[in-house]
Amino acid sequence: MLLDHMRRTWRLLLLTFLGLALASCGDGVPETEKAAREGILLKGNGTEPKGLDPHLVTGVPEGAIIGALLEGLIARHPTNDLEPEPGMAESWEHNGDFSVWTFRLRDAKWSNGDPVLASDFVYSWQRILSPALGAEYAPMLYVIENAEAFNMGEIEDFGQVGVKALDDKTLQVTLQGSTPHFLSMIKHTSYLPVNPRVVEEHGGMTDRQSGWSTLENYVVNGPFRLKSWVTNQLIEVERNPEYWDAETVRLNGIRFYPIDNANTEETMFRNNRLHLTNTVNPDKIPYFGEIMPDRLTISPYLGSYFYRLNVTREPFTDVRVRRALALALDKQLIVERVTKGGQAAATGLVPEGIPGYIASTTVQYDPDEARRLLAEAGYPGGEGFPEVELMINTSEAHRKIAEAIQALWKRELGIQVGIYNQEWKVYLDSQSNLDYDISRAGWIGDFVYPSTFTEMFTTGNGNNDTGWSNARYDRLVAQARMADSEEERMALFRETEEILLAEMPIIPIYWYTRVFLKDPQVQGWHPKLLDNHNYKYVWLEPNAGSQQ
Amino acid sequence: MLKFIALRLVQGALVLLGIYAVTFLLVAATPGSPFSSERAIAPEILAQIEAFYGYDRPIGERFVTSLGNVLQGEFGPSAVYANRTVTQIIGESFPVSLKLGSISLLLALLLGVPAGILAAVKRNTWLDYVPMSVSMAGICLPTFVMGPLLALVFGLILQWLPVAGWYGPEFVILPATTLGLYYAAYFARLTRGGMLEMLNQDFVRTARAKGVPESTIVWKHCLKGGLIPAITFLGPALAGIISGSFVVETIFQIPGLGQWFVRAALNRDDFLVLGLTVLFAAMIVIMNLLVDIVQVALNPRLKYD
Repeated sequence: MLLDHMRRTWRLLLLTFLGLALASCGDGVPETEKAAREGILLKGNGTEPKGLDPHLVTGVPEGAIIGALLEGLIARHPTNDLEPEPGMAESWEHNGDFSVWTFRLRDAKWSNGDPVLASDFVYSWQRILSPALGAEYAPMLYVIENAEAFNMGEIEDFGQVGVKALDDKTLQVTLQGSTPHFLSMIKHTSYLPVNPRVVEEHGGMTDRQSGWSTLENYVVNGPFRLKSWVTNQLIEVERNPEYWDAETVRLNGIRFYPIDNANTEETMFRNNRLHLTNTVNPDKIPYFGEIMPDRLTISPYLGSYFYRLNVTREPFTDVRVRRALALALDKQLIVERVTKGGQAAATGLVPEGIPGYIASTTVQYDPDEARRLLAEAGYPGGEGFPEVELMINTSEAHRKIAEAIQALWKRELGIQVGIYNQEWKVYLDSQSNLDYDISRAGWIGDFVYPSTFTEMFTTGNGNNDTGWSNARYDRLVAQARMADSEEERMALFRETEEILLAEMPIIPIYWYTRVFLKDPQVQGWHPKLLDNHNYKYVWLEPNAGSQQ
Repeated sequence: MLKFIALRLVQGALVLLGIYAVTFLLVAATPGSPFSSERAIAPEILAQIEAFYGYDRPIGERFVTSLGNVLQGEFGPSAVYANRTVTQIIGESFPVSLKLGSISLLLALLLGVPAGILAAVKRNTWLDYVPMSVSMAGICLPTFVMGPLLALVFGLILQWLPVAGWYGPEFVILPATTLGLYYAAYFARLTRGGMLEMLNQDFVRTARAKGVPESTIVWKHCLKGGLIPAITFLGPALAGIISGSFVVETIFQIPGLGQWFVRAALNRDDFLVLGLTVLFAAMIVIMNLLVDIVQVALNPRLKYD
């Protein structure tokens, strides 16, 4: 009897499964095509966002979504990172030395109907700079006069900070010094406005757990508004009818899928459930290049992959050892055989692509010179070289690169370097406590300008993490901030970078690219150095490509 | 029986308290902080953040405060996910895991138990060898192989089923099958073992000698006892299947609890780690209690004391 019963249930279950399976076959039209007809972009977006408050988040997945919701004074340009695209500001001017900027705001509205006012920006910038909020990205605003002092609690009156609403529609910003690239900086998430009325309603200016940025309460001024947010599944945005330039917006909505795993994302793409992936498993890049060259997309990305050397530890106290290690690396081999994503072998810290700044070519592959330097430092042929270890954060990709470099050092210099991995948070601790010999690192620019890289290695900078300090370097970086002309500034950046590359507290390895899969139905998705796309110019051409 | 349950509940509460204390200490002693990031944070700013979450207090005080909150059912905010509380995160993901877990477990039982009974009754025939070899393969084949394999066949090649996500009933099929097959294999082997042991008992020989039909022996005399090993496994299996299906959740992009377990630990999201640990421990305690009750009901040699 029991067996009969079991048999029956079993059969029933099987039938249900099959039935569901067949039912879900549907009409055979791929999801990507259906979505394209509805004007909805399906985008893989990395990990689940930690929040959508522009003043608290720091990550790329968060920035990608917030970019659809909020618009700053200057918006993201569809193709050119340097071209200022008018956003909330319809016009702007600056004084002769680029230290006072005046923005004229357009008649724009928040999605709850409130007008966007100059005072909203004052409030927003006060919010991110308020010590009590504890915003990690507050230092992005330190170019503004007295912003740092206010953030550090040295002055309490925000009136002394260089941001003023001259009237409802005029915002004046006074900077610490000449900053011609200010328009490029204020595109950053940390400069985005929030609606003060809404923030005040939900806990106030400095409440980290404020409810204003939840699905129910989020008020936008950008092309899209928040439609749904299901943790670890989907964040959907839809067209914002209140947006000042709503007629330009071509998409009806975007679905951001938080997918951590590159393989899962790839399966979804091949199952026709995504128009864009966030990334591609590096091992599969050559394969995708073969089977779907029209979908595999590689675009430059303003990031630098390098190794830090702990200059407070033997043998890296000796600059000759540091240089030897750097010159011994055939980085071309690494990008071709290991990373395979079209990355460029780095010959300096600042990546290529920044207009007006030619990337350094100083650090070339020169094994003979490397061997000579190592011998001069007292380790001919690697003899007597102390045991050192290379620290990476746990990741298959970093390990592969580390193993290649380990082999190259052994081959060229005869030295043995161990590799060990630490889990992310522990690795961060070890790195900032200088508890390592060699440490893997990467840095993505916040804005398109050399200083986003060079400022990092000044003495006492929290991101230096090498123990390296050079008075001349510090002085030149400070001079660059105050330089009179763009040419002079670029020359100073060049000089600082060359000091760094001569002293070599870091070993540049490669300059990043972004590798992802893109459905041919997606149009207007241009390569951007900071990967900051303006979704209002993106559209979908249904069935532009054949079904795979 | 009530006394038995009450006693076990008190024991369970003490176990939970112990687990909470140990987890709290381990979390506090782990290197790394929920607030560290690749970009350096000025010490002044870090101090503000730490004060907001109460990290500026001595550890003893933090323990007492957090224990007090937990006793009131308040697990606190997530230290990493802005404006989400631990209770919210668990509230969102637990039902998903519960659904996936119960369907998988049902599938596992419906496949595993009959296969085990069949194999025991027809032992050393092909009806024994085939299901047992398959189940051996099922145990050996980890879910991270089975999952992508099923996704490849049914999702990419046949295009019958969606490969990832959690947006409708058809999305449950592949992950539930992956997880269910794995546990079915265990249940099959445990049931077979249990049944074989019963079938070799003296009373079975007596029954056979008396001429009791084989089907009555199997269904009436042996089944109850033969299922005990499988039932013992049911408790931990259910707790594990609900909270620990991290691999399956990652492969199929399911917004369940398993992903949070790993993510909370990696993010050093202390409050979330604590909340999840307490939840998992409570589930094991309760499941084991239920299993014990069922065991006594099935096995006349055991008593509630």
